[in-house]
Amino acid sequence: MNEASMTEKASGDTPDRDAAAGTIRVLVAKLGLDGHDRGAKVVARILRDAGMEVVYTGLYKSPGEVVAAAVQEDVDVIGVSLLSGSHVPLFRELGRCLREEKSEHIFVVAGGVIPEQDYAALWDSGVDAIVPQEARAELIVTTIRSLIAARGRV
Amino acid sequence: MTVFTPSRPVRRAAYRPSIELVPEILAGNVAAIARMITRAEAGYPEAAPALAEIYRHTGKAHVVGITGVPGAGKSTLVSSLIRAFAAEGHKVGVVAVDPSSPFSGGAILGDRVRMSEAASSSQAFVRSMATRGHLGGLARSTLQAVDVLDAAGYSPIIIETVGVGQDEVEVVTAAHSIVVLSAPGLGDDIQAIKAGILEIADIHAVSKADKPEAAATVSALRGMMTLGSERVRSKWAPPVLPVSAVSGERIGELKDAISRHWGHLRDSGELAERQRGICRTRILGAAKYLFQRKFDERAGEIGEHIQAVVNRDMDPAGAARLLLGWTDEGQAA
Amino acid sequence: MNLFSETAIEDIREKQAAWEEKELAAALGNRPEEKPAYETECGIPLKRVYTAADIADIPADELGFPGAYPFTRGAYPTMYRGRPWTIRQVAGFGNPEATNQRYKYMIQTGQTGLSTDFDLPTLLGLDSDDPRAFGEVGRVGVAIDTVDDVDRLFDGIDLEKISVSLTINPSAWVVYAMYVAVAERRGYDLHKLAGTLQADPLKEYVAQKEWIYPVRPAVRLLRDLIMYSAKATPKINPISLSGYHLSDVGGNALQEIAFIMAFTIAYCEEVTGAGMDIDDFAPRLSFFFISHQDFFEQICKFRAARRVYAKIMARRFKARKPESMRLRVHVQTAAMSLTKVEHHNNLMRTAIQALGAVLGGCQSMHTNGLDEAFAIPTEEAMKLAIRTQQIIRDEINVTSVIDPLGGSYFIERLTRDMETEIWKLLDEVDERGGAVKLVEEGWFQQKLADSAYATFQKIDAGEKISVGVNRYVDEASRSAEVHIHPYDEACTQLQIDRLQAVRASRDNARVRELLKDLAEQARSDDINLLPKTIEAVKAKATLGEICAALREVWGAYAEPMIV
Repeated sequence: MNEASMTEKASGDTPDRDAAAGTIRVLVAKLGLDGHDRGAKVVARILRDAGMEVVYTGLYKSPGEVVAAAVQEDVDVIGVSLLSGSHVPLFRELGRCLREEKSEHIFVVAGGVIPEQDYAALWDSGVDAIVPQEARAELIVTTIRSLIAARGRV
Repeated sequence: MTVFTPSRPVRRAAYRPSIELVPEILAGNVAAIARMITRAEAGYPEAAPALAEIYRHTGKAHVVGITGVPGAGKSTLVSSLIRAFAAEGHKVGVVAVDPSSPFSGGAILGDRVRMSEAASSSQAFVRSMATRGHLGGLARSTLQAVDVLDAAGYSPIIIETVGVGQDEVEVVTAAHSIVVLSAPGLGDDIQAIKAGILEIADIHAVSKADKPEAAATVSALRGMMTLGSERVRSKWAPPVLPVSAVSGERIGELKDAISRHWGHLRDSGELAERQRGICRTRILGAAKYLFQRKFDERAGEIGEHIQAVVNRDMDPAGAARLLLGWTDEGQAA
Repeated sequence: MNLFSETAIEDIREKQAAWEEKELAAALGNRPEEKPAYETECGIPLKRVYTAADIADIPADELGFPGAYPFTRGAYPTMYRGRPWTIRQVAGFGNPEATNQRYKYMIQTGQTGLSTDFDLPTLLGLDSDDPRAFGEVGRVGVAIDTVDDVDRLFDGIDLEKISVSLTINPSAWVVYAMYVAVAERRGYDLHKLAGTLQADPLKEYVAQKEWIYPVRPAVRLLRDLIMYSAKATPKINPISLSGYHLSDVGGNALQEIAFIMAFTIAYCEEVTGAGMDIDDFAPRLSFFFISHQDFFEQICKFRAARRVYAKIMARRFKARKPESMRLRVHVQTAAMSLTKVEHHNNLMRTAIQALGAVLGGCQSMHTNGLDEAFAIPTEEAMKLAIRTQQIIRDEINVTSVIDPLGGSYFIERLTRDMETEIWKLLDEVDERGGAVKLVEEGWFQQKLADSAYATFQKIDAGEKISVGVNRYVDEASRSAEVHIHPYDEACTQLQIDRLQAVRASRDNARVRELLKDLAEQARSDDINLLPKTIEAVKAKATLGEICAALREVWGAYAEPMIV
């Protein structure tokens, strides 16, 4: 808790957003009533082992609860794994809640069982990436890092 | 294998200067509060003036530390306390601290699993925080997060420490009221004594009161209280309260005890003493951090001193005094 | 008595030593083996070759005979010669009528038993119009709100003639009550109803993660169900102890069996503690295991599980009836092993796993559809899955001889090794205070999450091969254009309309009264809740209302933080 009372003058030429990459924070969430949490927990560990801070929500969260948590935790990414087939309505609602909270800078990354025919609906809901079930750890980590690199710090 | 992405480009985000966030924080804007905490954690120099400004608006909140061995049920208890205080119209802030992985620097912050229902109430703000290598049971910027919540009008603000082991009782010099949670059947009454966290308690809570073993833990703790408290100067006698976070039973009593302790601190004048202790620790902590940063940044200059010590031209304590500019200090190293 | 004479074993050992020195050494000198060490998926070391010397320590009684203690070689004396396993494909989606149509199609295709999947709101005790059911109605199973929905589900199907499996868990006792009410309404003899409820609460907390109440009340509901069903519907299995899900969430074969046996022990203690004799309900305990990828390990798993169960029932619970010690198992092939990449490969995977289940002696089986990695299977995929079982049953002559791999040095050694490891895990559970306590503490959850992550890391590092995914990757092979089973968007509204019609037309005062009585009964631990629940469903109380009434009494389950 011995905080930095940062008395040095901020250097105007190097805005903080570009200074350090910063610690990436990800909310790993389970939406709706789907109890399959094996994948979500494996992803949480992968991201932790890649140096990210992962806030895990636990099961049975509504889109509104997930967005409220994401805002309080000021995460860069919401990762949602869904295997219950209800991804289209739930991601639509998640996207609506994010817009309502003016938090569209938070990326939404989807995983789980999502058939390709539903991709377009998810893009319309504001989903930024869909990670295939067989993805390797490195692919998941790179996806998140490159999204944030493209956006910049907020 | 590839990740599928939409055809739209990634939106470039705007970085809002920290100082612009301050009025929003004072008005209670949740997103602004959250962002400011992130910047305090990151240690952006840009955020320093904003944090200084925020600090001027603090000092109203009752800061409550909750500590106890891992598995005692701290998150569940905090969740119940949020509900109890929110029911009385309080805006409750929570900073829940979890350890970072020493290997990757990452962390899994799971306190919301137990708190999510309470945390999604509009009267609560819950922030999970990783220690990022800081020892002592808190994160380096935990108290800056508390400042931000204080300035935004939250009170009480609950700090949930990482499960305490030996020496991890930094929360003592961070909070006004300390609740130590023990759980029956974990053998932790003994662990707690070893860890030295019993005597820091202003209030003892014993979780899982619905279990038969809880009564034994309660009477063991009460027995120890009568043996004499460390805080002989205080008129406050730490109560021992069984609670069941699951059924919500007797959470009201704990909430009342926490409020009563706050009243006691103010009425007895002990609050000023605690405030000074907290500020002293914070100044010292900030100084250590700043010195560490300077030390890391000015490698060249430090290198000369190192060589001097290697050459036996100077002793290590002398070099440190020189760097600190406290050359007039005595020989105590 | 041992299987081999000591002199024979001595002779084999000598000859093996000579072989190792000569032929083996020469071969290894020529070309080393591909891996320094070989092991099963669950980590049991494998030798190059097994001989009689490797099973010299196993008493002959440990094998026994089919249909006799310790049931290593099979649950029944005649096995598939007397009755082939039941082809039981699970199905459930949309409104009850939609599932009913699928049932009729599957019966026509040659399926011999029915099996129902319910949607998530039904499993979790929520009505279709509950806000928490948003987007979930009729998705992964059929939506059930009232007794009338159960009637619609089995419309035109004679429940005295076909056995019905209901994959229902936290709300199982309500759906059972509805099933009984429908049977009574149709004038069936309850003693002729045959089938299985899944109703395994402990595995929900650690694996499938569908729950309503805290752990202990959930176990009490199961106890009530077992005790009521034993008398009212003696041919229904009130529980299917589901190792499958333990595997699905990451458990290995040893954890699957050991943990499910720990749960079995907990349930038996609960029921016998309430005063029922073990032999009055144990014959109706049934099991549900996975048939996974490691072929021989899985076959040995089934054999070891039968032996462990028989010993638990005989020694720990002092059962006297052989039926109480006989483990009967429904098997599903491993959904986890299916890939989206080159999804036709899933047919081969499933066929091999199904063969393993048959060689392991299963009593009924669900083979996964090749499109299950995409969505719930289409009719075409289900037909191929049924055909897979029919080919194994009718074309390749694996059903004529019981336990055809029994006596194989390797199979007997591995069966024995797995049994030993299972006992070790069971001892640990006992030492730590038993299954219910450990579920509450999250002990099983942590073990399974650790195992899941370890498996992921093995796949990630390429140590565990997935053809088409991390080996023999064909960059040109695109994700398939599969026909996905369509979701009926009108499904939710239809369920909600019906619910409202029911609530408008029933005697609401009576429903309130019954729900109040039920909640009152739940407060005392020694009243069986089934009679009152059956009364309530007959009065058209909804599933959501009944579950909510008890939530008022018992509260909701709070998940421990395990990642």
